[in-house]
Amino acid sequence: MGILEVKDVGKRFGGLQALGDVNLSVAENSVHAIIGPNGAGKSTLLNCLVGKLIPDTGSVMFDGQSVLGRSPHEINQMGISRVFQTPEIFGDLSVMENMMIPCFASRDGSFRLHALENMMNEKDIVEKAEAMLEDMNMIDKRHMHADSMSRGDKRRMEIGMCLAQEPRLLLLDEPTAGMARADTNNTIDLLKQISDERDITIAIIEHDMHVVFSLAQRITVLAQGTPLVEDTPENIKGHPKVREAYLGETQVA
Amino acid sequence: MLGLNKNDLTLLAIVAVLTLFAPFILNPFPADSAMAQFNAGYPDLMQRFIIFGIFAIGFNILFGLTGYLSFGHAAFLGVGSYAAVWMFKLLSYNVVPAIGLAIIVAGLFSVLIGYVSLRRSGIYFSILTLAFAQMSFALAYSVLSNPKFNLTNGETGLQVYKNDPQIFHGENMQDFPHFFGIYMNSTHTMNFGAWSFDFNAGYYLCAIVMILAFYLSIRIFRSPFGMMLRAIKSNQTRMSYTGLNPRPHTLAAFVISGMYAGLAGGLMAAMDPLAGAERMQWTASGEVVLMTILGGTGTLIGPVLGAGFIKYFENIFSKINDTILHQWFAFLPDGIEDFVVFIIHPFIGKGWHLTLGILFMLVVVFLPGGLVEGGQRLGKWIKSRGKSDDSSATTEPAE
Repeated sequence: MGILEVKDVGKRFGGLQALGDVNLSVAENSVHAIIGPNGAGKSTLLNCLVGKLIPDTGSVMFDGQSVLGRSPHEINQMGISRVFQTPEIFGDLSVMENMMIPCFASRDGSFRLHALENMMNEKDIVEKAEAMLEDMNMIDKRHMHADSMSRGDKRRMEIGMCLAQEPRLLLLDEPTAGMARADTNNTIDLLKQISDERDITIAIIEHDMHVVFSLAQRITVLAQGTPLVEDTPENIKGHPKVREAYLGETQVA
Repeated sequence: MLGLNKNDLTLLAIVAVLTLFAPFILNPFPADSAMAQFNAGYPDLMQRFIIFGIFAIGFNILFGLTGYLSFGHAAFLGVGSYAAVWMFKLLSYNVVPAIGLAIIVAGLFSVLIGYVSLRRSGIYFSILTLAFAQMSFALAYSVLSNPKFNLTNGETGLQVYKNDPQIFHGENMQDFPHFFGIYMNSTHTMNFGAWSFDFNAGYYLCAIVMILAFYLSIRIFRSPFGMMLRAIKSNQTRMSYTGLNPRPHTLAAFVISGMYAGLAGGLMAAMDPLAGAERMQWTASGEVVLMTILGGTGTLIGPVLGAGFIKYFENIFSKINDTILHQWFAFLPDGIEDFVVFIIHPFIGKGWHLTLGILFMLVVVFLPGGLVEGGQRLGKWIKSRGKSDDSSATTEPAE
């Protein structure tokens, strides 16, 4: 029984069957990749997991509780954090403030009216945010305006913001899309380090085979809204069905 | 001190000093000089500066921090005024219960309007608040003023009549709002040479309330809650996916700013005990938007500056007429004098809106951060000038 159990999930947009009977089980403390060609339904599946979309059929259980019908902030409070394809950060705020907000969210829940409390008295939050910036190697950027950072730094900070909440499941939506090779490798190293050092399950959606094969312990291949195979990276590489559906045109080393 | 950092404390101190010494500062010209009409230090106008300052401070908590542009905030101001006058009618002319009830009623009213309007964001939110405010205006103007149930006294405006209960009104008390016996219209005039300064009890009540309101707004801006509101403005998607529910945050901001508006409305009634429906009209809501943007959205002091600026124009520029212009330009030859007056004429008197419009345009185009940005640029310019002077004065550094 995995920490995330997806059972018979289906989602239809008008005439398009985006997902049909998806079954997926993500084991605790593993790195699980979901790959598939464009339009395979990867993003739709991810949106069903975080409450942005509600599937038409099936169930999504996280740690034995259903996530269906809950709003994104409730699902996040259950312990699922999401990293977006284009970094979603608080661009108008400073890096430090960006890091403090998730710390507040995990301490105080989804809403607390601390309108008259003083930031100077929030030592534990400041310390936690600084420690996380330290871990992300960004402490020297703490006073920077978040929007003025490079894309790689924004991605790094977004991952840090998710980790600051100490989630049990981290979902990543093409975390290296549009990144230069060096930035991609940095991100891979960061994610490896995270999964080694922390008590965390990572589910990753990715296009880039290099990223997938360097990180994942298990891979699910999605094609036309249904899972084709689920196996270890070694077996996926040579799988004829996968080659046909997805890797046919791509040369994999 | 007071839970503020040094910069904020300085700002608060400056605002406190400026408001407390406003009767001097706003009356720089001798009473009988030609420039005396630019004096703004009379009680009526000073009270308006302060009251609209409070209104704008509150509006800025919603608009400046969360970016939700409400076009119906005048409704809360109007409701506050009505609540205050009702307290005068039922209890007594003491302003404390009146202002208290004004804040409470405006708060409740804004919970109602905010709960519905905040289901949408952006332009739809603005339109919803505008619709609610216009509905409130219509209710106050006609629906709630029928003989059977007269809550607002319609067109005439709500006021205190001799036969009202006023159960705590003392025998020997005057018929005017007071703060435990200090009447709001009592003014002490100090003559100092050619100058004359008015110290009005009502003004000082407003001033103290505004300093408190300003202090509260600094605290809110600097609190974790203030940071959450800025986060909402910056990225609501990230907000939800960080486990924070944006809606109660925005509702709380909406209600706080509604209560500020109610406070302003209550003070307005305390300075002049009547309340009319026109206070709720959309033009009044638009005015506070202009004040905030003109002064500097999202800055602490901006809304107060904007409110002062607009109210000054409204009251001072509108009073200049052709006769005064002719006096000013009397030194010119007759033909040219008439021509100059003819050119300036559309911009003064009733045309003050035109001047204000042009100024507003200039500010928005050249100073998107409002008057505050103007001040900051000026400060930087002076600093950099000072620095370049310094460096030119010192000998060239060895390289």
